[in-house]
Amino acid sequence: MTGAVSAGRLGVVSCHACGLVCQDTLPQASHHRPVAESEACGNGARGRSHQVICPRCGAPLHRRRPNSIARAWALLLAGLIFYIPANVLPVMYTSLLGSGSDNTIMQGVIEFWKSGSYGIALVIFIASVLVPCTKFVVLGVLFATSQRGSRWAMKERAKLYRMVELVGYWSMLDVLVVAVVAALVKFQGLSDIEPRIGILFFGMVVIMTMLSAMSFDPRLIWDGDTE
Amino acid sequence: MKTFPHLVACEHCDSVYERTPLTPGQLARCERCDAILYRASRLDVDRWLALTIAAAIVFVMANVCPVIYISFKGMHNEATLWASAAALAHGPAAPIAVPTAMSIIIVPFLQISLLGWVLLYARFGKRAPGFERAMRMLVALRPWSMVEVCLLGILVAVIKLSGFLQVAPGAGIWATALLMILLTVIANRDIHWLWEMTEPARSAQKAQA
Ligand SMILES: [Zn+2]
Ligand SMILES: [Zn+2]
Repeated sequence: MTGAVSAGRLGVVSCHACGLVCQDTLPQASHHRPVAESEACGNGARGRSHQVICPRCGAPLHRRRPNSIARAWALLLAGLIFYIPANVLPVMYTSLLGSGSDNTIMQGVIEFWKSGSYGIALVIFIASVLVPCTKFVVLGVLFATSQRGSRWAMKERAKLYRMVELVGYWSMLDVLVVAVVAALVKFQGLSDIEPRIGILFFGMVVIMTMLSAMSFDPRLIWDGDTE
Repeated sequence: MKTFPHLVACEHCDSVYERTPLTPGQLARCERCDAILYRASRLDVDRWLALTIAAAIVFVMANVCPVIYISFKGMHNEATLWASAAALAHGPAAPIAVPTAMSIIIVPFLQISLLGWVLLYARFGKRAPGFERAMRMLVALRPWSMVEVCLLGILVAVIKLSGFLQVAPGAGIWATALLMILLTVIANRDIHWLWEMTEPARSAQKAQA
């Protein structure tokens, strides 16, 4: 194994989809400017829409994902906005023997805690409060530092990004709990559980933050590191 | 365009390394950012395919059998995975039923069928029709497969409901647990080497300009 040499210096680019390392025939200077049809050399490297595509799998080749940070910020912001109704509005309606009540996510956590199920209360709290909030902060920091080409704690930031990708989807937990519970408890008149609008917003938060993390190109973390 | 199949670029920091053969179970890490570059597979194609078929069977069971039974004042009810996703489709939160059904049913289904399709041909060193698209889809689908989150959700639901009614696990819950394990084994792995092992008659490849 050789030492770490960046793809940019070697004049190669790796395919996002299949990982093949290809000769870099993308136009210089800009990552986004389309390449002229004739400029792309033959051999299947020519895309229909002015793109250089991977000769092996056909995915478009980019040095960095196009508009990575702008898209990532937009999705993160959308997630942050949805997070407010997700917490304020009820996610579930429970009726038991005639008395019904709407429950928000935090009320659900508190209910578990009061009934002595500390473990479950903690799991839900982690999945629906701690993970999304940490994600907002971590992604915000990653986007801002990468935007400025910061060289601060690059290895740690790279690890942080991988951690966010790894745990992010566990936030779907609350949506799935509501789904299962609502499917089961359908005893007309006696007891009923129904999903409420809050769960839609909460699901959107999870999807938006996942998409935001995916839009971000982690290689941007290292781009300030020009040897 | 020149390609360099003997090289590997780190997805996380763009450092380029030469691929070196690994012993089974070993993995190669990026020196710069510590991300995993690639791993040696413990599974050969035959075993991989066998596990994929097993996953397909378990998937059917997980979807057909109810995951939980409940009873309350002499009345009974049960729920399957599909019924759970469908339960969200009523009321104002209805749109969330779509991503829910995707993450616990449709994405795992696609992962299993695409892998099965690709591996069936890879057994004979061939690329299945639509191989390129299937491989790209497998990479794109991976983060949206949430069977493990679903399983935890079912467990939380059991505990939540056991407070005021009788709850019993159904066969579907065991099938879901098994599906989670099998999916982790078959789908959360390095699929890059399928490209190399199915290279269409290496000499005929025109990529080496
Ligand atoms: Zn490719
Ligand atoms: Zn790296």
